[in-house]
Formats: sequence, C-alpha cells, structure tokens
Amino acid sequence: MSLPKTYIHSYNCITPLGFDIENTWNKLIQNRSGLTENSSYDTATGIIDNEVLETNFRNNFPGKTPLTRLEKMIFLALLPLTKKHSVTKKSLLILSTTKGNISALQNHHTLPEEVFLHTSAKKIAQHFGFGTTPIVVSNACVSGVMAVIVAKRLLQSGTYDNAFVIAADEVTSFVLSGFQSFQALSKNLCKPFSSARDGINIGEAAAAVYIDTQATPESFEILGEGSVNDANHISGPSRTGEGLFESILRCIKEAGIRPDDIDYISAHGTATLYNDEMESIAFHRAGLQQVPVNSLKGYFGHTLGTSGLLELIVGLESARNNTLIASMGSEDVGVSQAVNLIFENKKQNVNIVLKTASGFGGSNAAVLIKKLSGYEN
Amino acid sequence: MKTNYYISSYAIIQDGMVLQNGEITRYPDTDITAFAKSLYKNLNLSYPKFFKMDNLSKLAFLASELVLPKENSNDIALVFANHTSSLDTDLKHQASISDADNYYPSPAVFVYTLPNICLGEIAIRHQLKSENTFFVFDKFNSEFMCLYAQQLLQTQKTEKVLCGWVDFLEEKYTAYVYLVTSSGDMPHTAENINKLYTL
Amino acid sequence: MEALKQELKEKIIEVLNLEDISPEDIQDDDALFGDGLGLDSIDALELIVLLDKNYGIKLADPKEGKKVFESINTMAQFIAEKRTK
Repeated sequence: MSLPKTYIHSYNCITPLGFDIENTWNKLIQNRSGLTENSSYDTATGIIDNEVLETNFRNNFPGKTPLTRLEKMIFLALLPLTKKHSVTKKSLLILSTTKGNISALQNHHTLPEEVFLHTSAKKIAQHFGFGTTPIVVSNACVSGVMAVIVAKRLLQSGTYDNAFVIAADEVTSFVLSGFQSFQALSKNLCKPFSSARDGINIGEAAAAVYIDTQATPESFEILGEGSVNDANHISGPSRTGEGLFESILRCIKEAGIRPDDIDYISAHGTATLYNDEMESIAFHRAGLQQVPVNSLKGYFGHTLGTSGLLELIVGLESARNNTLIASMGSEDVGVSQAVNLIFENKKQNVNIVLKTASGFGGSNAAVLIKKLSGYEN
Repeated sequence: MKTNYYISSYAIIQDGMVLQNGEITRYPDTDITAFAKSLYKNLNLSYPKFFKMDNLSKLAFLASELVLPKENSNDIALVFANHTSSLDTDLKHQASISDADNYYPSPAVFVYTLPNICLGEIAIRHQLKSENTFFVFDKFNSEFMCLYAQQLLQTQKTEKVLCGWVDFLEEKYTAYVYLVTSSGDMPHTAENINKLYTL
Repeated sequence: MEALKQELKEKIIEVLNLEDISPEDIQDDDALFGDGLGLDSIDALELIVLLDKNYGIKLADPKEGKKVFESINTMAQFIAEKRTK
C-alpha cells in the first residue's frame, strides 16, 4: 500500500528571543540566549516578555477576550499560518501541551474551565474556523514531536487534507517547583552534553507548523518517524538508550536512508546527567556519532512538550539557511559516547534533519525531515 | 489490501464494578483506594510499585491487567485518552506548593502530573517497548480512537493496539480498555467501540 | 536513638508507600537501596524531602544522599547530628 507523502510548508514561533521565526532566528545566529536569572528558584528561565506579548496580541486580535496568556501565545503563533494557508472543512487542528493553563489552579477553590486542556483547543478551533474536532496530545516532553507524527499519520489516512499543529507551554511555579523537587534545575545556564552539566533551565514558547500532502519546491518532506517507549522507569531514561535508539531506527528505516545521509541532529539535550548520556548512547548505537548535533535548550530553556516542535522548526530554518547553530552552553563533550557537538555556527549544506525528544514516562520520539530545495535538478 | 481488525477483548472499571470477559463483579469498597487494593488482591498481583502510583495510573494499570496478561506479544501500542488529563494529581501537587510556610513539593507526586505516565507504568509492567500516546478530549471519541488505531495497524507501526479511555478526578472515575488485533469476532468500528462501553 | 530509628522506619514506609512492609521487617543495617528495600531514584528524592520536612535538614548535595541513605543506622546518625526540628 502506497501512503501519500507529507510536507511541512510553513512554520512560526513565539519565543523569548522573538515574536516570530525571523526575529528568533536572528538572535540564534548571534548566539544570544533567551535565558535570564530566576532568583526565586535559584536557576535561569526563558520568559516571554508580558508587555510585548500583550501589545502584540492587542494589535493582532483587537477586542478578543477572554484568553489566557498561553492561549494568546498560541493565537499569535498560529495567525501567520492561517493567513498563508486556508482552514478547510477537512483541516486538522492538533494542540500539543504538557500542562496547558495549569497556573489557573492557583487561588481557585473550584476547577476553572481553562485547566481542561481541550478547552483551549476548542477556543482555537472556534476562532480560526476549524470544523473538525481538535486533537490534544499530552505526552510529556515528546508531545511536540508526537503531534507532528500524529498529524503525518492522520494525513496519510486520507481523513484530513491538511494539518495545523501547535505546541505551547508556559513557565509556571507548578512546573518549576516540581523540577526543583527532582533536583533537576541547573543553578546556571545549562550545559548540554558537557562534563559540568548540572541540570535544566525551564522555558516557555509557542510554535506552529502547517503540513499537507502536496510537495512544493520550498517545502520539507517528513521522511520518517518513530516513537518507542523504554519500558524501564517512569522518570529516568533507559541507561542503554533503548527506546530512543529504536525510535531513531524506525525513523531511518521508514525514510529509506543511511545514517550518514543525515546532515544535522537537533537533540533533546536537556543537560541532565542522565538524558544527555542516554542520548549519546542512542546516537552511537544508531551510527550517528559523526553527525553534527546541538541542543537548543541553552537558547530557549526546556520548553517541555513544546520543545520538540520549536526545535524542529529551528532545524528547518537551519536547513533553509544552510547554517548550523552552536550548541549554546556546551563547553566540552562530557558523555561516554562521543558526539559531534557544534561549538560554533557553521555554514554547510543542511538537507536532512533528525529531531529527537525524550520524556517522563519512558517516552521517546524521532522525526526525519528533508528539505526539498536541496535536491533541485 | 486492507486487513480487517477486531476488538478481541475489553474490560470496564466503573462505579465499584469490574466487567471482564462479559462478567460483572461488584466490589463493596466505598473509596477508590480501598477498591483499587481489593481489585489488585483479587487479581493476585504481586507488584509493590502499584502502591506508589497515583489514582489515574492505578486505574489504567488495573484495567490493562484485565486484558493484557494473556497476550504473548509485546508489540502492543498503547493509545489512551481522557478528559481530565492528570488533574487529580495536579491538584495534589498544587496543594503541596500553595502554602509558603509548608512548602514541600514531592517528586513522587510531581512525576504523575503528566497523563502519559500511566502508559509508562503499563509498558514497564508488560515490557512493551512500543508506541505510547496520550490524547485529551472533551468526551470519549470513538471515531478518533478507531481511526488512529486502525492507521497504526494498517501501516504496520504495531501488531496490536490497546486502546483506553481512563479518567480519574476526585473520586469520579471510569476505565474502558479494549484490545485491537487482526483476529476476533467483533469488527473494529466506532459503532462497536461505543456499543461495548456499557456496564 | 532507638525511638528515632523506629520513627524513621514508620515514616519511610508511609512516605514511600511500602505496602505490606512493617517496621519490624526493616533491620537497622539493611541496605535501603539496591537489593534491600528496592528503592529507586524517586524514593531517594522523597527521602531528601523527608529530611527537610520532618527534621529541617536540607541536603545541599544530592550525592551526599547516597551515604546518608545507606541504612536506617546511617540515616538516624545523620539526623541526630544535623536536625534543626
């Protein structure tokens, strides 16, 4: 059975570095981090400026109320995509979020409507004119990548014509306190894959992509994907990188490529002792030790479920610009299996990108993208 | 060529009742912790980790125990969904950080503030190195579950799919799990999925 | 010290949800981690919270935890020395 291919055409993001992908990319190229000191939690976090967010929102959605802060981020990320691509009767809307509007739990004695994740999805669907029931993916820190995978699969089923995939997560005391109890927060700017790495920084962002089944010269084909659970522990990754390795293998197999066809890996690279070690093992087992790799967590912080989609988008932008961005915060290679860490921005052909993600619950996900314009005849 | 898929087994846990293999067992326990423990003991389980789980995970775990043990494959994808995500545990974590003078967030609680953890627990128990995805809907969405499970099977991403609608919030709970495979009597359709979800 | 050890056993069973284990089952010098009670990384973090909540001890370096949590004996010793509650 031959399945239709799927293509990412447009993407956008709202991050502490900028209110669209252009501004975000410009800061990335300058190796500017969006992380700032957070003394309440003795760490650094990536926060989107509230005033700028409010102004942007008011300008683009005058009179639109009531929306939560997270929903405003989502609306802004999605807007340019809906201007470029029509929402049709067979458009799919997927929202990926780990905690949604969880800050609404504070100071409430009854459960406010907005803590139910599907409420946000319905608001988005209603405003932008989606006729189908929106799908919400909430799968820990692989949610963003999983949302793209789910979109691809549903498009291939023929049930939908196109998909708008959004991911969003906020920095909240709910999340910070939790990671604090895990002793997982870095006191400084995180150092992915480095010997002195001591934990994560939390960040927030919204990201959106548009996917359909029609190739265009500027689009990116989704070559393959995989998601395999470690079946080992609910918070620690498998020491042998079992699930991530399997996910990458399935990805490569579906894509029909060789490991050394991959030009760049955007790793999960959270800068915890265990995640980075596990990832390096998984990359090694998959024969990817030579492929240039970075973690973007030093620019944005760990944006939880959104990280997968946001970092994938940066990967696409890297491909578009044939530029690899330095792995912010990485000082050396301090994992047991060597990885080809990018220490300085590099100009080179970037056509095939691998994005990996791992999360609580033993979850892992990987997706391979090919830039079509790299293969013009 | 399209293969046909079937609902080969299913189970429901709701209102102190357990439906398995067409038979309903009623439990006299009034609270969920006691009920879960009774069911655990009745199933002759020896799995100490069970008692560390949050309510949603206990429920999902027990529901899957009613259907999975006789399967000898571990290529079983887990596709679950609910309405309240992990809110039951979210409330507990929120309570632990609400009082500045009594501020003791617990890692054992925090880890369960993600709905997909229950899938991790099932995967660990049955060594399912397979696909897990957790979705959130307004209400039980059999059309989506059917479509997605079908697509996973059709594209050979997995051999079998355990689908579940498992929801737990402040003592109100429901668990409906069903296994989709390439053999059985009950065709895998949204209509049949809905039909079976009654006690 | 004996009272503290007994209290510790009871608290550990409660906080770590060790069903079907009673304080009598835990010997003072039993290994808590590894093969002993089979505790894992989340349990270790919970014990750090327990030290803070019940005895006012903040473990600055979680690696220190490995030594402290070896057994009921080592825990009791540490708490007796450092407790502020």
